[in-house]
Amino acid sequence: MVEMIVLLGSPLLGAVVLALYGHRERAGDINAAFSGLTFFAAAALTTRVIEHGPLRVLQQQLFVDSLNVFLVTLTAFVAMTTALFSRPYMRIERDHGRVSAAGLRLYHSMYQLFSFTMLLVLTTNNLGIMWVAMEAATLTTVLLVALYRTHASLEAAWKYFILCGVGIAQALFGTILMYFAAEKVLGPGVNSLLWTHLDAVKGSLEPTVMSIAFVFLLVGYGTKVGLVPLHNWLPDAHAEGPTPVSAVLSGLLLNVALYALIRCKVITDGSLLQMGSKPFASLLMMGFGLLSVVVAAFFLSRQRDIKRMFAYSSIEHMGLVTFAFGMGGPVASFAGLLHMTVHSLTKSAIFFAVGHAAQKTGTQLMENIRGLIRVSPTVGWGLMLGTVAILGMPPFGVFASEFLILTQAIALHPWAAPILLGALGVAFAAIFGKVQPMVFGDTTARRLPHPPALVPVFAHLAIVLLLGLYMPPYLADWYRQAARLIG
Amino acid sequence: MLEHYGPQLINLFAAVLLLLAFAMLAQRRMLSLINLFAAQGFVLFLTTSLVGAVTGQHHLYWSALLTLALKVLLLPWILHRLIRRLKVKWDVETLINIPTTMLVGIVLVVLAFNLALPISALAGTVTRSTLGIALASVLLSFLMMITRSKAIPQVIGFLAMENGLFFAATGAVYGMPMVVELGVALDVLVGALILGIFIFEIRERFDSLDTRHLEKLKEH
Repeated sequence: MVEMIVLLGSPLLGAVVLALYGHRERAGDINAAFSGLTFFAAAALTTRVIEHGPLRVLQQQLFVDSLNVFLVTLTAFVAMTTALFSRPYMRIERDHGRVSAAGLRLYHSMYQLFSFTMLLVLTTNNLGIMWVAMEAATLTTVLLVALYRTHASLEAAWKYFILCGVGIAQALFGTILMYFAAEKVLGPGVNSLLWTHLDAVKGSLEPTVMSIAFVFLLVGYGTKVGLVPLHNWLPDAHAEGPTPVSAVLSGLLLNVALYALIRCKVITDGSLLQMGSKPFASLLMMGFGLLSVVVAAFFLSRQRDIKRMFAYSSIEHMGLVTFAFGMGGPVASFAGLLHMTVHSLTKSAIFFAVGHAAQKTGTQLMENIRGLIRVSPTVGWGLMLGTVAILGMPPFGVFASEFLILTQAIALHPWAAPILLGALGVAFAAIFGKVQPMVFGDTTARRLPHPPALVPVFAHLAIVLLLGLYMPPYLADWYRQAARLIG
Repeated sequence: MLEHYGPQLINLFAAVLLLLAFAMLAQRRMLSLINLFAAQGFVLFLTTSLVGAVTGQHHLYWSALLTLALKVLLLPWILHRLIRRLKVKWDVETLINIPTTMLVGIVLVVLAFNLALPISALAGTVTRSTLGIALASVLLSFLMMITRSKAIPQVIGFLAMENGLFFAATGAVYGMPMVVELGVALDVLVGALILGIFIFEIRERFDSLDTRHLEKLKEH
């Protein structure tokens, strides 16, 4: 109970404090401190759930079970490291004159508010509140994407707002339909939208309504996950926003949107299977996931902007995870959860390194970034190792999860395995071919006014490496429990 | 009296709502578009209160009041201020192919009715026949957002889409739980405010409100 209040209260309070405090020198430290407090609460909550099992508080409006607790910890952790990274990063941006004083105030305040909305999506038990928080997450990040006020960033933010606004409106319609089906069984009132209640009666929900509802929910939340063909906003928003924002968008928001989709999928398929129909939701997720992997892989080689390229890589990986959850079963769901974790850590580490590389060379165009390793070995190695990790090279954790997903695909849906393997190969060739000359070769980089923050990069990569080599038994256990919940 | 005429009146209002959605699709003048949006909000307010009266679901009165305050008074007021300050009050947007757009709209309505059919058949509410209309107005607002190139009509399309969703909730389930409805209203309000700020920014940067200028970011 206390942990939950601190978990949600800390970022909310942080948003208010930072809005009042403004752009003074220590704003970055305060931002990091609030994120640190949030992470501390998340860690305490996790220990508690591990020891005492699932938790429901505030008349069951908030809940934590084995599925969302690991995402809460991950979100709070990456939000904290990103806050640490953004401290020197945003100072450099200010010194380069890219962001104004008012912009910095907005940035810090919205960063905390964004953390709050994500944690609310993850911990709320109410599917209606989940939608509200998801929309609020869009609103806060729209302001962050438009922070630099350039032509391109305004365009990216407008596109992001309109596309996600339209998408998420479809999800609201899906939620209304779900409430419609639930009301028949549970009666009217706020409790009919509680996920735990819906899960208990999923067998008696009307399957036709549920499948129509899921189509709308998939379109809505799928837009935010960045599933092809609803992904158009994603590369622009990632490329034009400040790098810490790209890191949390890619590492966290996509995960959170996928989490919402998984919750809806569990109930929809539960209702369909009870009636002996096909698991419609799972099949849809497999289809969209596979399409995303293939399309994103082929777009990778056409990119010139480094952040755009890694944004497409995020689409590819989210597609892979969606495909894994679509396949279902204990192993595939386990692999999906693991992949969500390692992708989130690796991709945010890559964006940290990319951010400093772009600051050093003054450009995001890959052909102008050369020889990072000469000037700054840490940035160069951070980018190289991150790239190797995200491409699924052993011994990093991404290899383990991709290997599991592929073996499951071979076992359950053999036709999909060659498609996946081909797409992963194309992605490897595209990304590695572009990153290699950026890291090695002659240099174009310059010195920065503040030392870059590279501890988060290597901290993330170390965890990913650890997950590839050795998974602590309690973590494996926890993933297994969550995978059982997803089914 | 109310029991007898209530459901028929609700259906009548629903039809008016659909008509207004079509009118917005074809309206070129900025000012009239805002007035149509306000009118749609007002019809929504009437329908919601009527459903509340017919069914005895008293929480619907609160939703109706929320609609009145937000969609009939506050948002149109903000939009009016916006176009006055941007001096685009009398702007006329050149729309190509209004007849084609209307035909596509009709196809969407047929689609929406077909999709809503199995759901309406299961509904026990007096308003069940309106679900198709609600879905149709959502899709028509969607179409409006696609066909318009100026920023303000796109925003109005976005808000009108929310009107359709609200109507769907009233028709299918007598409104969502109050806490959810309040949350949605808050999101819409904040969203509209942010879009308003954005429109100023876009005007400042591009000297125009035409979102066709916002097409630089593309795959090469």
